[in-house]
Amino acid sequence: MKEISCKLLVLGAGPGGYVCAIRAGQLGVNTVIVEKAKAGGTCLNVGCIPSKALIHAAEEFHKLRVAASGRSPLGLSLNAPAIDLRRTIAWKDGIVGRLNGGVTGLLKKAGVKAVLGEARFVDGKTVDVETETGLQRIRAEAVVIATGSAPVALPDLPFGGNVISSTEALALTEVPETLAVIGGGYIGLELGTAFAKLGSKVTVLEALDRILPQYDADLSRPVMKRLGEIGVQVFTRTAAKRLTADRRGLLAEENGRSFEVAAEKVLVTVGRRPVTEGWGLEEIDLDRSGKFIRIDDHCRTSMRGIYAIGDVTGEPMLAHRAMAQGEMVAEIVAGQKRSWDKRCIPAVCFTDPEIVGAGLSPEEARAAGIEVRVGQFPFQANGRAMTTLAEDGFVRVVARADNHLVLGIHAVGHGVSELSATFALAIEMGARLEDIAGTIHAHPTQSEALQEAAFKTLGHALHI
Amino acid sequence: MGEFILKMPDVGEGVAEAELVEWHVKPGDPVREDMVLAAVMTDKATVEIPSPVSGKVLWLGAEIGDTIAVKAPLVRIETAGEGEPAPDSVPEALADAVREEPVAVAAPAKAEAPPKPQRVEPRPAPAEPRPVHDASMKPLASPAVRLRARESGIDLRQVTGTGPAGRITHEDLELFLSRGAEAVPAQVGLARKTAVEEIKVTGLRRRIAEKMSLSTSRIPHITYVEEVDVTALEDLRATMNRDRKPEQPKLTVLPFLMRALVKTAAEQPGVNAIFDDHAGIVHRHAAVHIGIATQTPAGLTVPVVRHAEARSIWDCASELNRLAEAARTGTATRDELTGSTITISSLGALGGIASTPVINHPEVAIVGVNKIAVRPVWDGTQFVPRKIMNLSSSFDHRVIDGWDAATFVQRLKTLLETPALIFVEG
Repeated sequence: MKEISCKLLVLGAGPGGYVCAIRAGQLGVNTVIVEKAKAGGTCLNVGCIPSKALIHAAEEFHKLRVAASGRSPLGLSLNAPAIDLRRTIAWKDGIVGRLNGGVTGLLKKAGVKAVLGEARFVDGKTVDVETETGLQRIRAEAVVIATGSAPVALPDLPFGGNVISSTEALALTEVPETLAVIGGGYIGLELGTAFAKLGSKVTVLEALDRILPQYDADLSRPVMKRLGEIGVQVFTRTAAKRLTADRRGLLAEENGRSFEVAAEKVLVTVGRRPVTEGWGLEEIDLDRSGKFIRIDDHCRTSMRGIYAIGDVTGEPMLAHRAMAQGEMVAEIVAGQKRSWDKRCIPAVCFTDPEIVGAGLSPEEARAAGIEVRVGQFPFQANGRAMTTLAEDGFVRVVARADNHLVLGIHAVGHGVSELSATFALAIEMGARLEDIAGTIHAHPTQSEALQEAAFKTLGHALHI
Repeated sequence: MGEFILKMPDVGEGVAEAELVEWHVKPGDPVREDMVLAAVMTDKATVEIPSPVSGKVLWLGAEIGDTIAVKAPLVRIETAGEGEPAPDSVPEALADAVREEPVAVAAPAKAEAPPKPQRVEPRPAPAEPRPVHDASMKPLASPAVRLRARESGIDLRQVTGTGPAGRITHEDLELFLSRGAEAVPAQVGLARKTAVEEIKVTGLRRRIAEKMSLSTSRIPHITYVEEVDVTALEDLRATMNRDRKPEQPKLTVLPFLMRALVKTAAEQPGVNAIFDDHAGIVHRHAAVHIGIATQTPAGLTVPVVRHAEARSIWDCASELNRLAEAARTGTATRDELTGSTITISSLGALGGIASTPVINHPEVAIVGVNKIAVRPVWDGTQFVPRKIMNLSSSFDHRVIDGWDAATFVQRLKTLLETPALIFVEG
């Protein structure tokens, strides 16, 4: 058996793991990263990136269909468009491939040794990797667990055949005629919306009383409205039971009333679970926090020298959280003083329209016992939004009533994902309402709505 | 306009000056006749000074802690009289009045100072609300500031933010680094604290300070500690308390000790004495006036049980209770607080195995009582639990030799260990 030693071993080359390894390499730490599949993890291969490619393609196709239908307010018209999903997926795969190569190249450039294979803990300092060329033993002073998460399956609807997870949904080469989406969270809605725009008849089944339960009703309302416009049927308080006998439909139950939903494909998006099995966690017996590995504000686990980052450590399961954790851990391993001190982790939902949030919602702030002021500015009153058919939605600012410290900024609207940076920056810098109000926001842009929302919170909105 | 100048009254025979310990009014306050204006302290008695007139306080002649001579001006009071002056002319008129006034003996500087109307500190309302460092909130600082703080080993919770909403700036960090935490109101955790509170030593506290300095600077103390087995005494005390008559007070150890002191002092008159070191004379007193060091809310006082030699143990206990209560409530008279010939000091339940009592000058002995504790004692064949109490006694070594001191304490010990002896006549 071959044996190598290193200072830092990273398990998993997703966004958390590869960022950790690159940063450690930059800092001169002798680093090895192990990945069983492809560099980039869920995010790059079967998550953020490919889904955004598909969403974009679907949106473009949908615009053409609207124009072809003669309903374009812009006066466009064309003959019936068509989509070759096989080519769309190939295009998407091209992007993924380029990014795979990019990450691999970045790791190499940083001097990180990449080992392909399945890793397994032998003890807290030793990992065996099953590689194509045989068993590789790696001894490390510090180990970072970045094994990520995987889609949760339903017991009565195991993945396979027509029952697919987000991973398979992103690799379909034909647009299904009918698609049932189980789970009205952001992944299900993003993909459901994309397939609806590609021409599928989409039905969303959500067990709770509304979609996007992690956002408040004000934010999810424009999304709900848009789903209706593009023909997506949403059933809330509805449980998916099982496939029909002919396997072309899904049995669902709403308030004791059973009904059948046409479903050439059933997309199950009921959540993701941390990957805590298959790599020998039981050998080192780390403390858990629920299903997740428990970490402290240095991402340390209960065992000395072992860190964990990303989805395996808990919510929010977001790539940028994992990246920030990875960077921090690399610096800690390199001997720098670091600790998790972020004020907010922005989150984006690429539904139609998009939802972005950073910091506390009004309810969360009030629940924390803080007296708040809330101001909201609608895109209906924003010139740029009008000119791009993007009048749905708003920007909402939550600030402390006493000192106007901005606690949270949320928005729903077209293209608002790009506003997430300014939202997070404002909160991370400790901006007050006056700081946002006093910053010139370029005209005409949708970002003006942020300044106006700050004005509004201060009691003197100009354009409303 | 009428003006009344209240002068420091004669508060006691032979008292030439008194210390101001409390103001009940400030300039500008309306006063009614008989309203208490101030409190002054002479020797150990505090005297309240009422207002003889009604009107408005214009000027106070001393600050708390100042010593004021009798007849020195103490307060000026504007009284309702013939014709009110225009308000803006008041300060001038007053300033003149002050200059005309002969300079006061006690507080000349104060008397010369023109009266200042009560001035409200012009404190602008803070433009920004102060940082809200509640536990739920992290210190407000940009990521760059946080990083720098972490690398410098600074806990941002200790840094005062001067930025908007209490945001900690790079300048705040620099200030903190250069000055440490001194300007910082420490709010959480193990913050450094550098505040210094100035407490003026006044009134009774000053008396105590003077007395203690006098005693320790003039008297070379010798302190002698001996342990006393009070098991028998405690049994006797329990029995006496159980069988006492309703009008008899509950006995503590002190009355026994007082009676034992009386007996010992008769045998060793040298310890129950006053040493006039100026004259070089020791006054041995036949009377045993026992001072009892008593903690009161204001500080240490020593009420005196007079003629303990003429009191039964029950009488000693009653008088002790009455005096202690009077001392605690501040109603003890001057006579009750002076004239002791020997003193007992007890920290009682606070415990301590030994103490070094300071002699109540000009006495020559003080007996300190330490807490009773059950200790194992070897009786020759085995350890037995006994109630042991230490006596820590100090003596004026100028007039009492170590031998005498030890003899005195040993005699006390014998009496207390065989308490029947206390009650044996002759």
